[in-house]
Amino acid sequence: MDDLLAGFAELFAQYDVLAAFWVNIQLTFWAAILSLVLGTVLALMRISPIASLQWAGTAYVTIFRNTPLTIILTFTYLVVFAQLGIALSDDLNATFFWYAVIGLAVYHAAFVCEAIRSGVNTVPVGQAEAARAIGLSFLPAASMVILPQAFRGAIAPLGNTLIALLKNSTVAVAASVANETSSLMRTMIEFRPDLMVAIFLLFAIGYVILVIPIGLTTTWLSTKLAVKR
Amino acid sequence: MDQSTSAAGQPTADEITDAPTSDRALGAPLVELKRVNKHFGALHVLQNIDLTVRKGEVLVVIGPSGSGKSTLCRAINRLETIDDGTIAIDGKELPEEGKALAKLRAEVGMVFQSFNLFAHKTVLDNVTLGPRKVRGMSKKAAEEHARKLLDRVGVGNQAGKMPAQLSGGQQQRVAIARALAMQPKVMLFDEPTSALDPEMINEVLDAMVALAQEGMTMIVVTHEMGFARKAANRVVFMADGQIVEEAPPEEFFTAPKSERARDFLSKILTH
Repeated sequence: MDDLLAGFAELFAQYDVLAAFWVNIQLTFWAAILSLVLGTVLALMRISPIASLQWAGTAYVTIFRNTPLTIILTFTYLVVFAQLGIALSDDLNATFFWYAVIGLAVYHAAFVCEAIRSGVNTVPVGQAEAARAIGLSFLPAASMVILPQAFRGAIAPLGNTLIALLKNSTVAVAASVANETSSLMRTMIEFRPDLMVAIFLLFAIGYVILVIPIGLTTTWLSTKLAVKR
Repeated sequence: MDQSTSAAGQPTADEITDAPTSDRALGAPLVELKRVNKHFGALHVLQNIDLTVRKGEVLVVIGPSGSGKSTLCRAINRLETIDDGTIAIDGKELPEEGKALAKLRAEVGMVFQSFNLFAHKTVLDNVTLGPRKVRGMSKKAAEEHARKLLDRVGVGNQAGKMPAQLSGGQQQRVAIARALAMQPKVMLFDEPTSALDPEMINEVLDAMVALAQEGMTMIVVTHEMGFARKAANRVVFMADGQIVEEAPPEEFFTAPKSERARDFLSKILTH
C-alpha cells in the first residue's frame, strides 16, 4: 500500500496528470454539446412525418452507431485533415483537438438520437394529438410539447451516453490529440514500467471519480424532473 | 318502452318535424361528411358515412364499442385519415397534413377521453399555448382570456397547478377551456366522461350543457343519455361502421326504430 502511494506521488511529480484529465474533460464537454444538438436534430428527423427525413436520420444512426469510434477519429485526422488539408486552426494541436471533438460528436450523436427517441416513447401519443388538435404543426408541437417531455424521460439514457463519451474521449489519441490521458498513460508505461500497477490504478480511479458524479446526478435529475402523469 | 307515443296516438310524422327540442334555429351546414369510408386492415370501420351538422347544432353520437363512433369523431379533424369520401368544415375540405391542416384544426376544438393535458405545463399554460403560438396572441391577452375560460368551467382557482395535481373532472374541464381558447367553430368530444369516476361526470356534463346553451356547435360521442336529452338536437346511432338511425333524443330513447338500437338501449338501460 505504501509502495502504491509512493508510486502515485512519483507519477504526479513527474507528469502533469491533472492536465491530461482536463483535456479529456474539455473534449467531452464540447463533444457532448455538439452531439446533443446533432442528436436532437436527428431525433426530430426520425419522428418527423416526412419520409425522406426519417430515412436520412435512420441511415445516419445505422452508419455511425455501427462504425468503430477509432475508425471515425482516424478518418477525421488522416482523410479530412491530412489528405484534404482542411485545418480548423493555425495551431496544429488545436486542429487535432477540434477534429477529435467533431469525431466524438458525430459518433455519439447517433446514441444521443436513440436516447431521445426512447424518451419520446415515454410521451403518450395523446400529447401529440392534443398538440395537433389545437393547431400546432410538427415543429412547434415537437419543440413545445413532445421534446420537453421526451428529454425528461431520456435523462438516464443520455447520462449513460455521456459516461460512454467521457471514457471514449481517450480514443482521441487516434486523432493525434497527444496530451490526453491515454497518451499520457502510454508515455508513463514506456518510461516507468516499474510503476505499472500504480499507472493503471491511477487512470482507473481517475475515471471512476469523474464518472460516479455523472451517474448520481442523472439518476437524481431523472426522478426530480420526471413528468408526473 | 314505446307506450308514450302509442298512447298519444299522434301521427309520428308530426313528432319528427316538431321534435328538435331545442328552440334555437340551426344555421348553415358547418361539418359535412360525404360517403366517408375507412378501413383498419380488413375491418371496414366507417362505411359510406353521410352526415351534416349545422351551425349551432348539438349532435350526440351513440353506439356500441367498435361501432366507429370515435373514429368518426377523430376523422373530422383528421387525427384519423380516411380512405375515401370528403369531409368539409365550413365549406372547406380537409387538406393534407401541413400548414393548412394545422390552421383548420385550430378552428376545431377537440376534447379527448383521456384529457391529454400537456403534462409538463401548468393549467394556465395549457390553455394559453394555442392562442399564443398558433394565433399569435400576446402573453397578457392570452392569460386574461384563459382565466375567463377557466372561471367559466369552474377551475379558475387551479390555474397555477400541474395537470397531475387535478382530479379527472377538473382536468377534463381544463381540456374544454383549452379547446375553447382557440375560439373554435365546432367542438368535438370523444367520450369525454368515459375515463371519469362517477362523481365527476356531472361537473363535466354541466360545463358541456352550458356550452351547448350558448350556441356552440358540438359533436359529442357519449353514452350519457341525460346529456343527450338535455342538450342534443339530434342523436345518431352507429353500429358496425354505419349510421343506423338518426332521431331527436327523446324519440330515439323512447321509441328507437331499429332492432340494433333497441337492443343497444336495452343493454345500457338495464345496468
